[in-house]
Amino acid sequence: MKVLVAVKRVVDYNVKVRVKADNSGVDLANVKMSMNPFCEIAVEEAVRLKEKGVASEIVVVTVGPATAQEQLRTALALGADRAVLVESAEELTSLAVAKLLKAVVDKEQPQLVILGKQAIDSDNNQTGQMLAALSGFAQGTFASKVEVAGDKVNVTREIDGGLQTVALNLPAIVTTDLRLNEPRYASLPNIMKAKKKPLETVTPDALGVSTASTNKTLKVEAPAARSAGIKVKSVAELVEKLKNEAKVI
Amino acid sequence: MTILVIAEHENGAVAPATLNTVAAAAKIGGDIHVLVSGQNVGGVAEAAAKIAGVAKVLVADNAAYAHQLPENVAPLVAELGKGYSHVLAPATSNGKNILPRVAALLDVDQISEIISVESADTFKRPIYAGNAIATVQSNAAVKVITVRSTGFDAVAAEGGSAAVEAVAAAHDAGKSAFVGEELAKSDRPELTAAKIVVSGGRGMQNGDNFKHLYALADKLGAAVGASRAAVDAGFVPNDMQVGQTGKIVAPQLYIAVGISGAIQHLAGMKDSKVIVAINKDEEAPIFQVADYGLVADLFEAIPELEKLV
Repeated sequence: MKVLVAVKRVVDYNVKVRVKADNSGVDLANVKMSMNPFCEIAVEEAVRLKEKGVASEIVVVTVGPATAQEQLRTALALGADRAVLVESAEELTSLAVAKLLKAVVDKEQPQLVILGKQAIDSDNNQTGQMLAALSGFAQGTFASKVEVAGDKVNVTREIDGGLQTVALNLPAIVTTDLRLNEPRYASLPNIMKAKKKPLETVTPDALGVSTASTNKTLKVEAPAARSAGIKVKSVAELVEKLKNEAKVI
Repeated sequence: MTILVIAEHENGAVAPATLNTVAAAAKIGGDIHVLVSGQNVGGVAEAAAKIAGVAKVLVADNAAYAHQLPENVAPLVAELGKGYSHVLAPATSNGKNILPRVAALLDVDQISEIISVESADTFKRPIYAGNAIATVQSNAAVKVITVRSTGFDAVAAEGGSAAVEAVAAAHDAGKSAFVGEELAKSDRPELTAAKIVVSGGRGMQNGDNFKHLYALADKLGAAVGASRAAVDAGFVPNDMQVGQTGKIVAPQLYIAVGISGAIQHLAGMKDSKVIVAINKDEEAPIFQVADYGLVADLFEAIPELEKLV
């Protein structure tokens, strides 16, 4: 079966972002960009399905600027077969991205679509669920285990109280949580080979999708900073402070 | 303006996060209706009718909604939601699962995890693991929003007397089925509702050593959490994870034990009123957000702390 994996180019998770002085957003100039960590887990899961003989082809797609080709090449080096870039320089909302991905799903007809559960920049946690709604597919979000069995996929989900397992009819959407797998690193020969794999670029217009939004970001500010605390010298001093100064125990 | 709040419930009781979500609805203003969907949820609906400030409770009692499968619940919420100015759900794993599906069915953008209400159409929410706060305005006909519980003080669970109305709509998409669940059983308070949280990180070294934290937590009446590192290492299960992608907590007192303080962890606890950090590495970033820092070997400090509190 064909597996579609959607990935996003985001600020590297090790970077501590700074808000721009004019409060228009965060400063992304000269900042290291990477594939969103949850998307790496999505790519890895697809590659493992292919290694198990469950997946026959892996198509990786991203919606983003021309530079997002770097993240597609990374996914190709990890084992995806071909890539689609839906090129848009604008910052799009999750709904707009979901609509663009829906157009790609219509074209590619995958049996399984795997996405990260959230991007670490916008922290929305929306795209997979929205794509499921628009495609009319079942969804297994926050997955920690994925097992394809016949025309169904069993997904174990990380929920607030523990774990839940659901059986979904294929085609289905899966969004990844942290414990699904540990992504591999791309080997140098595979990085070289990835340069020759097919990468197609399309535009939202060509897909016939409007990316208009009902949301508008008015400003972005730095969070209130916590005032510096003190170091205590002993457990006894700590307990005394908690009882008499902070009055929390 | 009328607001529909999606109730979260478990074991026949209204979950606390529902009360914080009703509080957010009250800040927006207007009538507040609560939707209770599930199977055999008459008791939950009665409890929801007593929540302060709620005008009406809608009950969708149907086997199709038994395990809150989003394929079935989202069409219900979308159908009902069309008649409202706002649809709000708590940003729990259940709310996060269902609400974006609702937003897409309504063809509107969602606003995730709001921490404050600026006006009926403008909200604040954290982005980049809480390293920036965005102010977002929505012009959607129906504003679809998840609410971060720690941003709003819960309304009273008692005092209201809302009308309860049954909803006939039954949506069974037939695309998904509940197979089973493994729920953590604990006599300790729930992590996101606890007044005191004791959390352990990689410094705990193994799962067995968490017994020191459980002993301390039981003496304090606290919940026990963990950093992603401790969960990834298999010391404790995922439902204990505090952080950007785990649970967001803001207790009166947060005690971080053997936790270095990665950005992703701080995102889940930095709104706690008082933060204590116990770590043997005095350079650990956790000390930058701690009100009280103790540089010590946790295996000596924790038993001593347990004795003294």
